[in-house]
Amino acid sequence: MKPFRYERPQDATAAAALLEREPEATFLGGGTNLVDLMRLGVAQPSLLVDVTRVVDDRVEETADGGLRIGAGVRNSDLAAHPLVRERYPLLSSALLHGASGQLRNLATTGGNLLQRTRCVYFQDVTRPCNKREPGSGCPAREGEHHNLAILGWSEQCVATHPSDMAVALAALDAVVHTSRRSLPLVDLHRLPGDQPQHDTVLAHGELIEAVELPPLPFARRSRYVKVRERASFAFATVSVAAALDVEDEVVRDVRLALGGVAHKPWRATRAEEALRGSPASAEAFAAAADAELAEARPLRDNAYKLPLARNVVVRTLSELA
Amino acid sequence: MTESPGQAVLVELSLRVNGEERSLVVDTRTSLLDLLRERLGLTGAKKGCDHGQCGACTVLIDGRRANACLALAVAHTDADVVTVEGLAANGDLDPLQRAFVEHDAFQCGYCTPGQLCSATGMLDELADGWPSAVSEGDVELTAAEVRERMSGNICRCGAYANLVAAIVEAGP
Repeated sequence: MKPFRYERPQDATAAAALLEREPEATFLGGGTNLVDLMRLGVAQPSLLVDVTRVVDDRVEETADGGLRIGAGVRNSDLAAHPLVRERYPLLSSALLHGASGQLRNLATTGGNLLQRTRCVYFQDVTRPCNKREPGSGCPAREGEHHNLAILGWSEQCVATHPSDMAVALAALDAVVHTSRRSLPLVDLHRLPGDQPQHDTVLAHGELIEAVELPPLPFARRSRYVKVRERASFAFATVSVAAALDVEDEVVRDVRLALGGVAHKPWRATRAEEALRGSPASAEAFAAAADAELAEARPLRDNAYKLPLARNVVVRTLSELA
Repeated sequence: MTESPGQAVLVELSLRVNGEERSLVVDTRTSLLDLLRERLGLTGAKKGCDHGQCGACTVLIDGRRANACLALAVAHTDADVVTVEGLAANGDLDPLQRAFVEHDAFQCGYCTPGQLCSATGMLDELADGWPSAVSEGDVELTAAEVRERMSGNICRCGAYANLVAAIVEAGP
């Protein structure tokens, strides 16, 4: 591992200032992904700016009945929080379906959003990777890609975003508050396009301070369903976060997002549109999934994700209906 | 902090390990695991994968189970760390350790310190009412709960059946 300096600033302004004058500096949260990437040689920061004591680690109710989650809240605390479990059970469930108990105790809300893809080529410095080294190529395109993207990928990058939490947040219309602005969570992560080295739209030195959940009463009836290659402690093959509002067997409103299918948590707006006002039936759920997946372009070895995603959408919504 | 380009950066830090205050100068790259094993001679916590995937390095940091291999020592100055060496007060095995012996919850033993620390933290999480991915309603210490909650600890000998029995017995 390359030597680095370590700073623990007193506040967010000082933290941002440290990054602004050093291009190779980076923020440190729980470190569960960053320290691993440093050990692998993928990340080589010159300076770690520890923000775990700088950002808020509380979950608070907002005036409108939503929640404000400090970026320093640990994944385990967020999953166990009574208001999260009561009002946004899909978020608690998504967190508990991610990583292990030990990792959730270290990992923070902000850090979870900024974790990098687990594409094997990205994590292997002996191989080309456009995300790690722009312009070097993408061996995943023709190589090991059975668990990579089916939606929104580019010729430069077919990686998926690994977070479970972010899929639930995407479904919930979460807003990310940074040191510079507030933006919808669905706009935080980007599609790879011809700049796969940028996972998010954040500028260097822009610090995630909190995530806000707007009130969504019908989210009390919500689920996170994750399919993976073993029963626990594995990244998603496909996951679905959903909240459903049904009255007289008709879908009044719905929130739906997919994980494991794209470079960002995939908010299924087309499916939501198809569902509003439709019967709360398995047929309607399948048609909505098809509408969402119409633009999917599977790779050689991951076409199985299409029927899988469709079936998990139908199952998740049927369980909620 | 001392520094020069491309060279190790040394920092002074203090932390409490198994109830004892320790102060030392470490390279910023030092993981908590390497600090415990290489600097303090506490070789209970094991280096299995060094990537947070196997759980052999699990210790308790400020009362919570965590992977010591992914914890930078410098980021845990002032922390209260308990390793497997700190579980047995005054040399008497704690109930979980006794249950491991009674149920033969190991074969080679390499993963055992991590299993013990992880199970200790896990039982506290359960006592605090934390749910898991398999919980429905009130949380109870079932075999299914143990399997899910202990999924961050790998046992390559495959002693899982006895591990589950030992942890269920040691629980509430």
